[in-house]
Amino acid sequence: MNINEKLSTLKYNKDNESHLSVDNDKCMRCKDKVCTYICPANVYEWNEEKCIMTIRYENCLECGACKIACESENITWHYPKAQYGVKFKNG
Amino acid sequence: MSNKNKTEVIVVGAGPAGVSAAITLARSGKEVLLVERGDFAGDKNVFGGTIYTEQTAEIFPEFWKTAPIERAVSSQKIFMLTDNSSVQFEYKYEGEANAYTVYRSKWDKWCVLQAQKEGAFFAPKTLVKELILDNGKVVGIDTGMEKFYSDIVIIADGVNSLLAKQLGLRNKIKDKDVSLSVKEVIKLPKEKIEDRFLINENTGAGCKILGGPLKDMMALGFMYTNKDTISLGFSAGIDDLKKHKIIPYELLEQLKNHPSILPYIKNGVTVEYSSHLIPEGGFNSIPKIYDNRVMIAGDAAMLVNNVHFEGTNLAMLSGRLAAETAIDALNRQDFSASVLSDYYKKLQNSIVMKDLETHKNTIDVLRKNIHALTSLYPEFACEFFDILTSADSIPKKVKYNNFMKKFIKHKGISSSFPLLVYVLEKCIKK
Repeated sequence: MNINEKLSTLKYNKDNESHLSVDNDKCMRCKDKVCTYICPANVYEWNEEKCIMTIRYENCLECGACKIACESENITWHYPKAQYGVKFKNG
Repeated sequence: MSNKNKTEVIVVGAGPAGVSAAITLARSGKEVLLVERGDFAGDKNVFGGTIYTEQTAEIFPEFWKTAPIERAVSSQKIFMLTDNSSVQFEYKYEGEANAYTVYRSKWDKWCVLQAQKEGAFFAPKTLVKELILDNGKVVGIDTGMEKFYSDIVIIADGVNSLLAKQLGLRNKIKDKDVSLSVKEVIKLPKEKIEDRFLINENTGAGCKILGGPLKDMMALGFMYTNKDTISLGFSAGIDDLKKHKIIPYELLEQLKNHPSILPYIKNGVTVEYSSHLIPEGGFNSIPKIYDNRVMIAGDAAMLVNNVHFEGTNLAMLSGRLAAETAIDALNRQDFSASVLSDYYKKLQNSIVMKDLETHKNTIDVLRKNIHALTSLYPEFACEFFDILTSADSIPKKVKYNNFMKKFIKHKGISSSFPLLVYVLEKCIKK
């Protein structure tokens, strides 16, 4: 079962604005880019061509792992606005 | 509430800590506003897991008669995995259950309903942007749209507690002090679950999984039975996930497909995937949990005993003790840090701080011996059973000798025996 299949079990209410952001210059200098593998929802992907971090914030599980794992403390992490984001039917 | 936007106590977060605080206050006739960012209580909440009977019943007497519980845990199992084999221990018991499996979406909703019945005001869909400060003292909450004021704020906003951080009560969380947990809820016919876990119609199993795909990390797998689903997942230290460059959902797949785990979930359908952080730094990572007009409870205060897999019980107890302190402060109309410091004393006299202090160094000892615990112990246990049970042409004496030689050769394992002694001593002392 791949990550997209796992995420497809979830209900989301997508906001038009991201609740997550990074400073791409810092990401460019970041060797490990931990967020690109540690995020359990595969939210972060480094775009080598454009030198920007693609953030699929709409898939976020709101766990907070990326913010704690980031070596350069470069992830601005908020909860999504009330009524937006993931909804767990079991939990 | 007399004034629309002013109340005696605001509790932020309707998880186990927050709801326990709110209902305790309401029962005492105090005005309490419980705010929650989810559409309803439980909407955003995730755990392993189980709730524990004693601390839950202290808040909700005889909850098992009416609350939406899944199964009463009557079997505890430990799996020690190698890459392709396992040794399993099971402890089964009759009588009153010590723990129950629940779905947070149903359970938390029920708890809040009880608090509302007792007089607590509940405001869902309310995300607190920040605390309102007056001369450095907390006087209320700001949602960005509205402001609410109170004499006391109880912060129970979970492991990421942005509010405790705002107050500077919490430092940046170290990655070794937090575990990332991922989980799937896997649906199967009720009877299949009961047959596979050897449980009855209402009883359930809780399983802890060591080693195998989770070896050489501060990681633990788990399986819990609900009525017609199995919750299967693992948690692992963020530092270890980084060190081994682990992709959590891929590791979860490896765990699901381990030959000793797969038969339990075979032909099941995953109905939900989730992730959550667990504060696992223990005693040494607990922040200052009170100040003028404010207290912190539950995961926000890092109150988790990961050696015994306890969290929801400590959350409920800490929420209740914070509320009892608030009641006293309201009666005295004194909300100063010196009065609220009573909350910390109450925690110290309870199992919360007693147990966390007992294990304040255990995690470091476990961490130091993690290779032995998660690789060598399972390997030797499996090899021991293999020697005991397999018939072939090799003389037993040769097998015993090889086993002992290997055992002694592994400095890791012989030097890690003090680990068991240490943990046992800790539990026997006091």
